[in-house]
Amino acid sequence: MKVVVPVKRVLDYNVKPRVKADGTGVDLANVKMSMNPFDEIAVEEAIRLKDKGVTEIVVVSIGEAKAQETLRTALAMGADRAILVVSDDKVEPLGVAKLLAKIVEEEKPDLVILGKQAIDDDNNQTGQMLAGLLGVGQATFASKVELASDSVTVTREVDGGSETETLKLPAVITTDLRLNEPRYASLPNIMKAKSKPLVQKTPADYGVDVAPRLTTLKVVEPAKRSAGVKVADVDELVAKLKAMGVAK
Amino acid sequence: MKTLVWVEHDGKAVKDATLAVVTAASKLGEVHLLVAGQGVDGVAAEAAKIAGVGKVHVADDAAYAHVLAENVAPLVVELMGHHDAVLFPATSNGKNIAPRVAALLDVMQISDILSVESADTFTRPIYAGNAIATVQTSDKKLVVTVRGTAFEKASPEGGSGSVEAVASTGDKDLSTFAGAEIAKSERPELTSAKIIVSGGRALQNSENFHSIIEPLADKLGAGVGASRAAVDAGYVPNDYQVGQTGKIVAPEVYIAIGISGAIQHLAGMKDSKTIIAINKDEDAPIFQVADIGLVGDLFKIVPELTEKL
Repeated sequence: MKVVVPVKRVLDYNVKPRVKADGTGVDLANVKMSMNPFDEIAVEEAIRLKDKGVTEIVVVSIGEAKAQETLRTALAMGADRAILVVSDDKVEPLGVAKLLAKIVEEEKPDLVILGKQAIDDDNNQTGQMLAGLLGVGQATFASKVELASDSVTVTREVDGGSETETLKLPAVITTDLRLNEPRYASLPNIMKAKSKPLVQKTPADYGVDVAPRLTTLKVVEPAKRSAGVKVADVDELVAKLKAMGVAK
Repeated sequence: MKTLVWVEHDGKAVKDATLAVVTAASKLGEVHLLVAGQGVDGVAAEAAKIAGVGKVHVADDAAYAHVLAENVAPLVVELMGHHDAVLFPATSNGKNIAPRVAALLDVMQISDILSVESADTFTRPIYAGNAIATVQTSDKKLVVTVRGTAFEKASPEGGSGSVEAVASTGDKDLSTFAGAEIAKSERPELTSAKIIVSGGRALQNSENFHSIIEPLADKLGAGVGASRAAVDAGYVPNDYQVGQTGKIVAPEVYIAIGISGAIQHLAGMKDSKTIIAINKDEDAPIFQVADIGLVGDLFKIVPELTEKL
């Protein structure tokens, strides 16, 4: 059984983003970049499924050439080979989903596992779009995955609790935070990952038009909150709450 | 512009999230609603009363009973034959279905909008709310999810929409619903609560969370939230989680207790009108966004606060 795991290179989640003064975007020059945390969880889940009949894990990234580092990280975690689709222009989720659909047609995996959202654009779209384009089942926000020979049962985190669905294979799953705790790649595995296969492609190789549909007119910092006050004790806080009408 | 709004409901009643989406949709033009489910006549009747609503499309079929994206997305696509835009609340259902619809229509979805600037231009948060992007679409049809806390709620009364049945697009037989576990809560729902009391890792365990956070919440008639740390540590179920990966809230008052204020948490609550922080670490980042801060031991402060209210 084959699994495809798309991964994205994003600003490290611990770094506070700085909006560029000219309002064109977030400054990504000389800042730490990492694998999107939800994608780490996706890679981890694919590796864990190796005990349950998964024989090959193909990781895919779409973006600038440096995304190769992200793929090497996934290979060091335990993925078998990688595909990098190089595009210097930003590719939107719709374009990514179309490219992934082409890769799925070629690779014919039984399962595609993606992160539920990338922490840069916060879109939460690609997995669902891919499932729609492929006409297969989707289970988003997965917190538990049970793989059988021709189906997969997924517990999903939803508003108010959780839901369980069974999908026919092939299917698309997107990971939520609580699915697993991703492993760290060991140094020997990082060394080994350097010799695992990684092929480079371009969107044109797949005949996919990735021209953006959205234009970002400007990016600004959110409105700043005015400075607050510190109160000395509970009585003062109670007085404030009463003054606001929150408490009687 | 004819806009379609996905009605979020629990099979019995329209959920509040829908009302904010109606407000966003009314900025684009004529508002139609879609009620999909099984046995949803009551929901449709209620939906028709929302102020400003025209037609209410009702798709009543077993295939829609559990709102599986594989079954409801084709229904929405069908209705998009005579609508220019479809808006979903950014709920777990909305986020699950909308992108599938967008892909089937070959358009880019615009996620979690904060404002409607014009018929093709919207603002939305990126990087966990640390930046706000203004985006313009070139797509002919719009698929949008709406951040509920960013728009006023339309009045649930006063409308007189007409209810019209739509044909089912059937069961695509790609997925089956196997069950749900819904956490029971007597308290106000987080995303619509006026006051929220939220606890973090500093509570140390589930017993403390219940014995310290909940009495204060009950005294204030507040919803109860939590940081990811508190959820991961198992103090409360994960649907309590407020943040980039949990619920986005903007109550009148948000009381953060024992929460340091990581950017992922702030992303979920920093639009609250008044933020109150109780934390023993006076350098905790939460104090940078708090309107009122109290530095001290929550195990002493919170029971005293509950007592004095």
